[in-house]
Amino acid sequence: MLFRRIALAVFVLLLAVLPLAPVPEFWITQANYIGLYTLVVIGLVLLTGVAGLTSFGQAAFVGMGAYTAAYLTLTYGVSPWLTVWIGLAITGVAALVLARITLRMSGHYLPLATIAWGLSLFYLLGNLDFLGKYDGLLGIPALTFFGQSLSTGRSFFFLLWIIVVLAAIAVTHLLDSRTGRAMRAVKGGTTMAEAMGVDTFRVKVTAFVLAALLASVSGWLFAHFQRTVNPSPFGLNMGIEYLFMAVLGGVGHVWGALVGAGVVQILKDQLQVWLPKLMGTSGNYEIIVFGVLLVLMLQYARDGIWAFVEALLPRVRRKVDWADAAALPARAKPAHGEVVLDVRAVRKEFGGLVAVNDVSFNVRAGEILGLIGPNGAGKSTTFNLVTGVLPATRGEVTLLGRRIDGARSREIARQGVSRTFQHVKMIATMTVLENVALGAHLRGRHGVPAAMLRTDRAEERALMKEAERQLQRIGIGELMHEPAFNLALGQQRLMEIARALAADPTLLLLDEPAAGLRLKEKESLAGVLRQLRGEGLSILLVEHDMDLVMGLVDRVVVMEFGTKLIEGTPEEVQASPAVRAAYLGTEH
Amino acid sequence: MDLSTAGILLLDGVTNGAVYGLLALATVLVFAVTRVIFLPQGEFVAYGALTLALLQLGKVPGTVWLLVALAAIAALLDLVDAIRRGLPAAQLLRGLLRTLLLPAVVAAATVWAAPQKFPLLVQSALALAIVTLLGPLVYRLAYQRLADASVLVLLIVSVGVHFALTGLGLVFFGAEGFRNPPFWDARFAAGPLMLSGQTLIIFAAALALIVGLYLFFERTLRGKALRATAVNRLGARLMGISTSSAGQLSFGLAAFMGALSGLLIGPTTTIFYDSGFLIGLKGFVAAIFGGLASYPAAALGALLVGVLESFSSFYASAFKEVIVFTLIIPVLLWRSFQHGHDDEEE
Repeated sequence: MLFRRIALAVFVLLLAVLPLAPVPEFWITQANYIGLYTLVVIGLVLLTGVAGLTSFGQAAFVGMGAYTAAYLTLTYGVSPWLTVWIGLAITGVAALVLARITLRMSGHYLPLATIAWGLSLFYLLGNLDFLGKYDGLLGIPALTFFGQSLSTGRSFFFLLWIIVVLAAIAVTHLLDSRTGRAMRAVKGGTTMAEAMGVDTFRVKVTAFVLAALLASVSGWLFAHFQRTVNPSPFGLNMGIEYLFMAVLGGVGHVWGALVGAGVVQILKDQLQVWLPKLMGTSGNYEIIVFGVLLVLMLQYARDGIWAFVEALLPRVRRKVDWADAAALPARAKPAHGEVVLDVRAVRKEFGGLVAVNDVSFNVRAGEILGLIGPNGAGKSTTFNLVTGVLPATRGEVTLLGRRIDGARSREIARQGVSRTFQHVKMIATMTVLENVALGAHLRGRHGVPAAMLRTDRAEERALMKEAERQLQRIGIGELMHEPAFNLALGQQRLMEIARALAADPTLLLLDEPAAGLRLKEKESLAGVLRQLRGEGLSILLVEHDMDLVMGLVDRVVVMEFGTKLIEGTPEEVQASPAVRAAYLGTEH
Repeated sequence: MDLSTAGILLLDGVTNGAVYGLLALATVLVFAVTRVIFLPQGEFVAYGALTLALLQLGKVPGTVWLLVALAAIAALLDLVDAIRRGLPAAQLLRGLLRTLLLPAVVAAATVWAAPQKFPLLVQSALALAIVTLLGPLVYRLAYQRLADASVLVLLIVSVGVHFALTGLGLVFFGAEGFRNPPFWDARFAAGPLMLSGQTLIIFAAALALIVGLYLFFERTLRGKALRATAVNRLGARLMGISTSSAGQLSFGLAAFMGALSGLLIGPTTTIFYDSGFLIGLKGFVAAIFGGLASYPAAALGALLVGVLESFSSFYASAFKEVIVFTLIIPVLLWRSFQHGHDDEEE
């Protein structure tokens, strides 16, 4: 951490003295372009690297910021210090509208939409009379700062790079926060994040709008730096180049944005000098190199240049600063023996197939109910019906007397239902501790501004304290600083349980928690579950390990072909001929 | 607007729509088989038209050298791969031959034929052959290694390929545009409409290709293998279908359809090195109509795009691209409401 702080300080210092040193004007100009592009690419890192959304249309948002500044300053003489906010407002609203339309779409439809409106905006700008058509707007005044004109590249440099460094730091802060974890969680799919109570749509919209706002600021600066605007820097090609910068630098790292923007800008400049000489005519031949390089990067070094730098840097270990943090507020517990979950005649049909056939059961406070059955019996589907991942065809599910069937997954999570997954769903690059903290998402409330300004630290410490407590409880506290991908499968399952517990649930649903665990681990897991039961938690357990199930649960529900076969104590169930027939077949 | 203007616009739109339809079908085909969203489909259009234009001038088009270079790189990669895996020499040679033979033959034929200024049809066949062979090589070099990557990664690769192919187009063909001679310069009056021979050829070629594709997919083993790959890649692999060959075949078909489209519209409009992208994207908008999955919906979408374009160029010519590309957003919205959420990837 210290090393990184020093590196950042040295970098800022270098930036501060660069314009004062006798550096040729050419390099100052280059550095200014790099700064302008870095701002946009930081947004792309947030959008693509973190939230897993791809946009080829960032150049269009830059254009909105630039044209707003240019038009308002030239036509109405509005102060640039006002137009930046107007530009942000216009871009923000446009991004919000586009996000609400396009982010509902799955996977690849979003980037396709960004291509379409990137092209549309380009042709629109090029054909509107009041924006000067393809010639654009000329004679934009330079910025003035407390009477000081920023008309030279050197004076502009300071303002630009202060903004760039602040943006980079703010986004770094954001990534290390409750909202940042939620953003990472939406990357691989929404089921897990929703089960943790994250409003994934909202998180995606947030990332999209933030990226657009950064682009808009870049556009405002661009207009006052270049002093003219025309449609070509805001077309699809530039949008693609921004993405290229992100991929080249490393789409998962904020500082990768700077590296990507720097390398591309310098490369482009050199190529524009050399390639036309080579070809004998002028033209934008550099896109050949860019295109080939982009393909090669994706084939051989998908994590970008910064990933190599990151590998050399000492690994950041989170400082344990939450020892005296306040405990998170806890949920009121139901009385022992009260019915917590009541499933009444729930049915799920997939087309003609009845996956769950009018199944009923209930779980009481302080009770572990085992749900067993051969593969394909409908156990996981039942799980998904209870947790709102799938809507039931009919039937009723109530939690503490409140209907939850038909509610969204995150709403059910808010009511106190927490779960693990049959196939572990985690954020592999985050540490175990951060993964578990995601489980406590609903117990925090701070959002983007607080994270960027670091006013969320008290809450963050409380979240980390809770995450550590759950890890200790489940017996893997010593692994908390490991990246999740380093864990063995059994440990990952335990981590999921800790994550579920971090939500302070009333009802815990465990989907095959013992799969991949060794005997010792199973025994300690059983111990933890007994202890949780003793604390009044209700647990619904799907598991194939009969030794574990029979020695642990209070009651068992057996399912076969989507239908409930029998319900009873472990002894009753083990004695039942019907259960034996379901598992082992009948004798002939 | 009177009826005859409307008729002319409609005919114009449907003609362009037929070409967009071919591109849309190719896009759907490639996506179904490889999950690649092949944005550079349009580049093949420009390559086809401009390769023919250079042949018309009696010059050897640069696309030939691209073909040779790509084949050589592919062969080199195959060689490295074969040595690493310790394949027997005979198998290695057979593989190299398969990669190099056709490109070499076509390149040699072009170099020999170009200065002789053969009739238009011969030159067209040559142009088709050159561009069609580029397709599998593009798949081999850009996508094959990433065949199991997510759709998004493949899409970014497509963007890279688009950049590279456009830039190379500038190298090969220069910044000037070309307009090819028509294949058939007859004209027929049908009421107030003038039907040109070229229009008829466009319709006939589009129809023939659609029927041909239908027969290919329904009647031939290779076609069925492609369909199987489209339905389930792993399953197809387990049945002994090579997904790499399926990918290369689908790209070959896409390149053929792109080049053919280029030959078809070459005489009706001036084609520049970078004209292909916009044309391809319009085919793409059409393919979105079918959710990148339905051939008939894509074809219908193409007609709609063509007609919308011709009418908007009449009413608001400056904004015709804006109108056509903004159309994609409501269509995407409609598709996404139909399909709901399904983004459990990776």
